[in-house]
Amino acid sequence: MVAQDAHAHAAPQGFIRKYIFSLDHKVIGIQYYFLALAAVFVGMFLSLLMRIHLIWPTATLPLLGEIKPETYLSLLTMHGTIMVFFVLTTAPQSGFGNYFLPIQIGAPDMAFPVLNMLSFWTTFVAFMVMLAAFFVTGGAPLHGWTGYAPLSALPSAGPGEQLGADLWVTSIAIFCVASLMGALNFITTVLDLRAKGMTLMRMPLTVWSWFITAILGLLAFGVLLSAGILLLLDRNLGTSFYVPLVVVNGTVMGHKGGSPLLWQHLFWFFGHPEVYIAIVPGMGVASQLLSTFSRKPIFGYRAMVYALMAIGLLGFMVWGHHMFMSGMSPYSAFAFSVMTMSIGVPSAIKTFNWLGTLWGARIRLYSPMLFAIGFVSLFVSGGLSGPFLAQPVLDIPLHDTYFVVGHFHLIMGVAAIFGMFAGTYYWFPKMFGRMMNETLAKWHFWFTFVGTYCIFMPMHYLGMAGHPRRYSQLTEVNYLHNLLPLQKFITYSAFVTITAQLIFVVNLFWSMKKGAKAADNPWEATTLEWTTATPPPHDNFAGRTPVVNHGPYEYSVPGAAKDYILQSDPATVTSH
Amino acid sequence: MGLALLCIIWLITFVSTYFFIAKTWWLPAGMAAAAPAIDRQFTVTYILMGIVFVAAQCGLGYLVWKYRDQGGTQKVAYSHGNTTLELVWTTLTAILFIGLNLIGSPIWAAERFDPPNANAVPVEVTGMQFAWYFRYAGKDGIFGATKPDLMDPSAGNEAAIGLDTNDPASKDDVVSGTMFLPVNRQVDLHLRAVDVIHSFFVPSFRFKQDAVPGLVIHMHFTPTQTGDYEIACAELCGLGHYKMHGMVKVVSQDEFDKWIAEQEAAKQ
Repeated sequence: MVAQDAHAHAAPQGFIRKYIFSLDHKVIGIQYYFLALAAVFVGMFLSLLMRIHLIWPTATLPLLGEIKPETYLSLLTMHGTIMVFFVLTTAPQSGFGNYFLPIQIGAPDMAFPVLNMLSFWTTFVAFMVMLAAFFVTGGAPLHGWTGYAPLSALPSAGPGEQLGADLWVTSIAIFCVASLMGALNFITTVLDLRAKGMTLMRMPLTVWSWFITAILGLLAFGVLLSAGILLLLDRNLGTSFYVPLVVVNGTVMGHKGGSPLLWQHLFWFFGHPEVYIAIVPGMGVASQLLSTFSRKPIFGYRAMVYALMAIGLLGFMVWGHHMFMSGMSPYSAFAFSVMTMSIGVPSAIKTFNWLGTLWGARIRLYSPMLFAIGFVSLFVSGGLSGPFLAQPVLDIPLHDTYFVVGHFHLIMGVAAIFGMFAGTYYWFPKMFGRMMNETLAKWHFWFTFVGTYCIFMPMHYLGMAGHPRRYSQLTEVNYLHNLLPLQKFITYSAFVTITAQLIFVVNLFWSMKKGAKAADNPWEATTLEWTTATPPPHDNFAGRTPVVNHGPYEYSVPGAAKDYILQSDPATVTSH
Repeated sequence: MGLALLCIIWLITFVSTYFFIAKTWWLPAGMAAAAPAIDRQFTVTYILMGIVFVAAQCGLGYLVWKYRDQGGTQKVAYSHGNTTLELVWTTLTAILFIGLNLIGSPIWAAERFDPPNANAVPVEVTGMQFAWYFRYAGKDGIFGATKPDLMDPSAGNEAAIGLDTNDPASKDDVVSGTMFLPVNRQVDLHLRAVDVIHSFFVPSFRFKQDAVPGLVIHMHFTPTQTGDYEIACAELCGLGHYKMHGMVKVVSQDEFDKWIAEQEAAKQ
């Protein structure tokens, strides 16, 4: 194909072109992965400090001293922002997507390798700018990851709202640019660089999920970028997009006529699709692994594809459900509520199909499969609190309480992270040529699965009891006092769960050096990445151009020689 | 391994469900007219979602155990899916989710679309970092003017909300840091904020509404039991968010009238 020849490039020689400013999508994928790994540990550490402060507000910590209420809010803001942007958006899509999307469609690289490199390094700069917010006068901002104006627009509204907040907005704007570049590249690659025979309906569901996510990113990040620039203008040049006439601590500010709700509309127009940007790649990985380790075709492939499309489409029509209590017209709540409840339908289709895939299967319970099963469980648990929050009348008692915190952590936090763990255990052999230690992986699974439920399930009870989120202490509101034991239980669970992540890190780095050598297709899977060498050569298929003859999930085909048929296998199989 | 997974998934499911059924931690008792309807909708939703939750998790645990690889010549059911089944569960979930939505909608409509009663007590609620102020219009029934440049939070009450004492309508306005309400009489709330967004949240009343700078948001509710109820700010508003709380004292109409009269007298 002409398009493929045009962008092929020779293997680089020097260290810097090979590992730092690489054009190879595989190296870039790994760079994204390690960026997200660094970010997830920063984010997790911040959450641990928050948990400590919540239950021991006067405790003094080594090096950090006593955590003040405003410090708690800075931790909270940075935890949310780093996790959402630099972990949940970065690893599942840009990390695994970069590495495996081209290989799974039989392409030698992404459509625009230079753009790909730029998008990683732009993301890296964004992360550095974000971290810098900790070290400037006033510290990191305290306005939460949602950055509601006017709090986020007024430097005098609190500590951290000066330079720290400017860096925060700037970092997000840079991140948006990087994500737009990445999204364009993914979309073009899927549309133009598929190997012969790789029809859209033969694409693995991972590819479908990265493709849909890229479309969501392209439409959502542009809006956030504009919103962020307007916020910077309000903060620094005296415009009033988001700020009406306000009086902060007795001082009349120079703004007039802006709308705080405008920020919320723009932010959530990005923010809700962002939830799907985080979770959809996890759905792809879960589908892929459930089929592979069940030794069974995915149940209802077409339904899965249409459900992904429906989720992507509906995802743009539901942002108002974050704003039922915001003061927007109560009539619009009806529309947003119906659309939001509708999104439960494709989500349920996916769940039923995952269960249908397990039915009558022969399940190999290796660690990637454990995390994929964990994903389904968490997706169900986190998803079913959605219909509470999607109903405006129930949102009245639950909005902005811990119920919401429990809901979104289970579904877009933990479920998405289970997707990443599943992906890591599954693809590590292909990426690094060695197997990860299976015993450590299983311990990691048990601790994380039980631990995250112990952290996030009780948050629903806190929320029902009326515990507002983003409270740095429980001391001031009387009805919160008897919720302290539950908060303590959550903190202890967080301690254990976070410590257990060290098992993962040790396994990851130890296995890179010392793991058992991996075969080319250790899981006996069907998709194209398993047809090439481990790790794959620079151009992925060593000069060959794969030809695709089968769908991605031909397991246990009656009459076939083995219980799996590679997508590129030339043999004809009649029964599908 | 399959059995361990089944046990853990079922255990998590049953322990989680137990605390929902036992109501160990639950919504506080509802003390406003809208509470029973909201609670009924909550109960319907949580029973339906609870059934789906238990069924899906138990099913997942069971399938993983039942169809684990036991070696040998175990048969795999080769199938790409079943269109009839897809249609059945798509239709059922659509009916469930949309139906739930339709049942709940009239409650929302009754709360938000109808204007307040003619005899409702107007109360203006003002949120600022980090306090709530409550203003009563007095005998004339008119809220006097407030001016941004008169606001002095350190002085509290009238001065904090910037009440313009030159406006005749403001002479009989009463401003308090505690909200007094007569029982069983509707409150016509005028909700505003002067600096950043706050949220007026009274869990016992099943009431929550953001207070937004630049907007005056009108809402109404009816407390149905005398007593003291806590207000907690529910929108992140700055470093003192966690201590931005207040009290609602719901009293009899007589006590309410007496309290207003005392406040008026104290102003003279």
